[in-house]
Order: sequence, then structure tokens, then C-alpha cells
Amino acid sequence: MKANRIKENRTFAIAIHLILVTTSLLCLFPLVHVLAVSFSSGSAVAAGKVTAWPVDFTLTAYRYALERVEFWRSLVVTLERIGIGWGVSMVMTILIAYPLSKDSNEFRYRTFYVWIFFFTTLFSGGLIPFYMVIRNLHMLDTIWALVLPAAVPVFNILILLNFFRQLPREVSESAQMDGASHMTILWKVYVPMSTAALATLTLFVLVTHWNSWFDGLILMNKPEHYPLQSYLQTVVLQKDISLLVKNTSDLNELAKMSDRTLKSSQIFLGALPIMITYPFLQKYFVKGIVLGSVKG
Amino acid sequence: MFLNRIKKELPLHLIILPGLALVVLFSYLPMAGIVIAFQDFVPAKGLFGAQKWVGGENFAYVTNMPGFYTILRNTIYIAFGKMLIGLLVPIAFAIMINEVKGKAFKRSVQTIIYLPHFLSWVILSGILIDILSPSSGIVNSIIKAFGFQPIYFLGDNSTFPLTMIFSDVWKEFGFGTVIYLATISTIDPQIYEASSIDGAGKWRQIWHVTLPGMRMIIVLVALLSLGNILNAGFDQIFNLYGPAVYESGDVIDTFVYRLGLLDAQFGPATAVGLLKSVVSTLFIGGAYYAAYRFANYRVF
Repeated sequence: MKANRIKENRTFAIAIHLILVTTSLLCLFPLVHVLAVSFSSGSAVAAGKVTAWPVDFTLTAYRYALERVEFWRSLVVTLERIGIGWGVSMVMTILIAYPLSKDSNEFRYRTFYVWIFFFTTLFSGGLIPFYMVIRNLHMLDTIWALVLPAAVPVFNILILLNFFRQLPREVSESAQMDGASHMTILWKVYVPMSTAALATLTLFVLVTHWNSWFDGLILMNKPEHYPLQSYLQTVVLQKDISLLVKNTSDLNELAKMSDRTLKSSQIFLGALPIMITYPFLQKYFVKGIVLGSVKG
Repeated sequence: MFLNRIKKELPLHLIILPGLALVVLFSYLPMAGIVIAFQDFVPAKGLFGAQKWVGGENFAYVTNMPGFYTILRNTIYIAFGKMLIGLLVPIAFAIMINEVKGKAFKRSVQTIIYLPHFLSWVILSGILIDILSPSSGIVNSIIKAFGFQPIYFLGDNSTFPLTMIFSDVWKEFGFGTVIYLATISTIDPQIYEASSIDGAGKWRQIWHVTLPGMRMIIVLVALLSLGNILNAGFDQIFNLYGPAVYESGDVIDTFVYRLGLLDAQFGPATAVGLLKSVVSTLFIGGAYYAAYRFANYRVF
């Protein structure tokens, strides 16, 4: 009986390890394969020789992708939207979360305001009215179209306000006794006590801005205003390589690479910052999920 | 007394004001913009300008379009498939990961399966198009090596919806385990010890201890996912579909995009968007209400 159970548990453990290893490999393989393609020669890729390791190692595709002025220009737009977007949305998140973290007897309109912000996650005007608003505000082709609509991330605000509510009340009460204003209490007491939560929200905002592509595609008429992911969307998913070739000397280069290696290198460049920061991202995102699901 | 209170709370109103202005501008103005659905909208006359009102004409026009019900069916099919499989797979994996003893192994698996969640659909679509290509993709090379015919994952109406469902599960299942693992870690280890002494094997422990411990959170996640009944996943489908698979893969959001921003039929496109928003809001609202009633869940 007992021996049976030990045997059952062992088979069980082996089965689980097998499934998890297989799944992990399946998850990782597509990424590794595309990475291998990006470092391989065009002919090796065309012959189907590349699986998980580069064949005829070459950096031609990367050199080609990195020589394009469009790449750097769109990267600058992305860095701009990340910088401004992070600043604006963190300030907004902090400013909105503070009054909403008060009790109703301290701030009578708390519930009213919470509903105003929360309702925007329940209902939206849809794509066309949103586009028309941006157009009528003359924000098309400006960085503000990529920054301001994303400046009030409601779920981040809910996470931060729940975090604020868990802070010991005595600290802010004694500061209030000393005559400190709300702004002083918020920036000198609340914010320094919330660095862990703010770090998590920062990463949420950075990843969102890095990965956004659709807003750039519809709100920027001129391709030179595209952020990186919108640029990649157009070169990797829409156009063929002929549009990337400007003169005949380029054609000789093309023999060494192919549409696939060039696209793969750009895919990898677009994923690189996420990959580099991934150990942090993972830790803080998990924290954010747990933080968000614990109600104060 | 009243004035006193206003004066005391005034700073709090002022602190919230900039944020309020932003949601009014970028969320509430577009909501008011749904009037476009009832107009023969000409952008040059301005968003709230002197447009020609046409009543329900745009709604009649779109619901009578030949493909309208196909699009609705595609949307619900893909969205429901993602909800169902996207609910079950993370639960199974959370249970399996929880049973692993080795810390390093556990962490490696988690690190790998969380990764696709952090990449955009632009990146992942580029990868999928490469590996799933019928002529040069590695997946079809493997299929052909086993002597089977290549599969047109992204180009055939019979496989496209399933490819959407499973590639979405591939992206999200790993990160979906986080919430369940957090819940399982709150189960009292003594219950496992007691059941083990009583002679329960792993299967019985999972069935009688782990799953009951997860019941509330499973119900909650299932309920909250109902709000996505009309969200088939625009980012993914837009980057992976093409005219060849409109019949099985065109969904409400992609249709609104083409109708509105490519064909400039602003009135009809807004009408479709409004229908979607209303239905989605009913589902999300209902889901939150049910979650509050049955799982005592509150967003704020």
C-alpha cells in the first residue's frame, strides 16, 4: 500500500518534470530559432539548415538594419515617448491616487471620483471617436498623441491607492498636526514610503510604452514620427525587402542575407531591451499582480 | 459648516484636477463622440460641428452588410476559445509547478514561460509568421519531415482561428499561473501533511486540497474574463491576418479599423464600435457584479 503510493508519487513527479521541460522548450524554441536565423547567412537559411544555432555566422543583417536612419529615428521617438510618458503618467498616478486613498469622511467626493476614473475602463467611445478627438485637438503627428491618452492608467492608480491605504495612518496624521499641507504629506511622506510600489508601476509604464505600436500607426501620418514598434510593424509585417534596397551595391549585400534574416534581426532588436531587463521585469510584474489582487 | 468642509477639502479637489482634465479629454470626449454613429460624418466640419443627422441609418447599413454576422461569429468563437483554454491551461500549469520540489528548476521554468507575456504582438507575430510559413517555416519543415502535408496555419480558414487561440495561450499561459501560484502558497501546509498521513496520493491531494483551495480565485478569473467576450485580440489578429482568412479571422475590431480608418466610413464604423462597447460594458459590469456577489471581490 505504502510502496504503491511512493511509486505513484514518483511517476507523478517524473511526468510533471517531463511536461514542464517540454513546455519550456516549446516556449523558448521560436525565439531561439529566430535569433539563430538572424545571425545566419541568407543561403543557409534558405536551404533550411538553421534550427537552434546560427549557420555561417554573419552580422550582415544587423549591420543592414542598424544602418537605416529610420531605425534610429523611430528609436528616438520611442525613447521620447517613454521619457515623457513615464514622467507624466507617474505624476498623474500619484496625484490621483492620493485623494482617492482618503476615507469618505475625509474626502466626501472620493467615491464619486473613483467612479469617474473607473468608468473609463468599463466603457469607451471606440476607435473612430478617439481618433477624431486627437485630430480635433491637433495632436496628430505630435508626441503628445502617444503620451497624454496613456497618462491616466486607471489600474495602476487602483494599485497605488490600495497601497497608500495600507500605510500607517499615524505618520500622515502627525504630519497634519504639524500643519503640513496635503502636497507636502504626499511628496515627503507617502511617496518615499511607496518606492517599491512605484518601482513596479514604473516598469508597467515602461513596458507598455516600449511595446505600443497601434497608436503610432494610426495617429502619426508621417512615418518619420513612428515609434520603434510601429516602424517594426511596417517593415517586418507589411513590406517586402525590395523597399529596403536603395541601390545596386545593396543587391550584392542581399546575397549574404535574405528577407528572413533581415526581418529576424529587426525582431530581435525590438525585443532586446525587454530581454535585457527581463530579470527585473519578471520579479516586479509578479509583485504587481500580487499587489493588485490584495485589497487594502 | 458646509462652506468649512468645502474649504477643507478644496486642496484634494485641486490635486485631482489635472488627472480629471485628462480623462475628460481622452476618455469622456470620445464617449460623447459616439454621436458620429448617428451622423453622416464629415471630418472637415469638426467633431461636434454641424453634421447631418441620419438616425439609425448607419446601424441598418452595417447590420445588413453581408459579412456582418460572420464577423460577429468569428469574434465570439476566437474570444470564447481564448477564454476557455486560457483559463484551464494556467490552472494546470500552476498545479504542476507547485508540485516541483527543486527551487532552481521551478524558477527556470517560470522564467521561461513568463517571457512571451512581455513581448509585443508585433514581435511575436514576426516570429510566428517566420516559423509557421508553409514553404520555409521550421514548424512545417518538421511536419514535412514526418511525411505529412504542410499546414497553412495563417492562410487557411480552417486553421486560422485555432492558430489565434493557441498562439494567444502560448503568450499568456505562463504569466497566467502567477495569480494561482500566489493563491496555492496561502494553503496551509498542515492540510497536505494531514492528507498524506491519511494515505492520500498526489492525485487525491490535488483534487481534495489544492483545487478546493483555488476554487474562489478560479471562479473570479473566469467571471472577470467574461468581459472579453467581444475582444478577440486586435493586436494579434491585425498583425497575423490577411484577405485570405477574412472569412474566419475578421473580427469586430479589425472590421472597425478597415471600415473607419481605411475606407473613411466614419458613421458606420462608429456604429459597429458602439454596439461592441455597449455589449462589452454589459458583460464587464455583470461580471464585476457577479464577482462581488459570489466571490466578495471589489475593485476599489
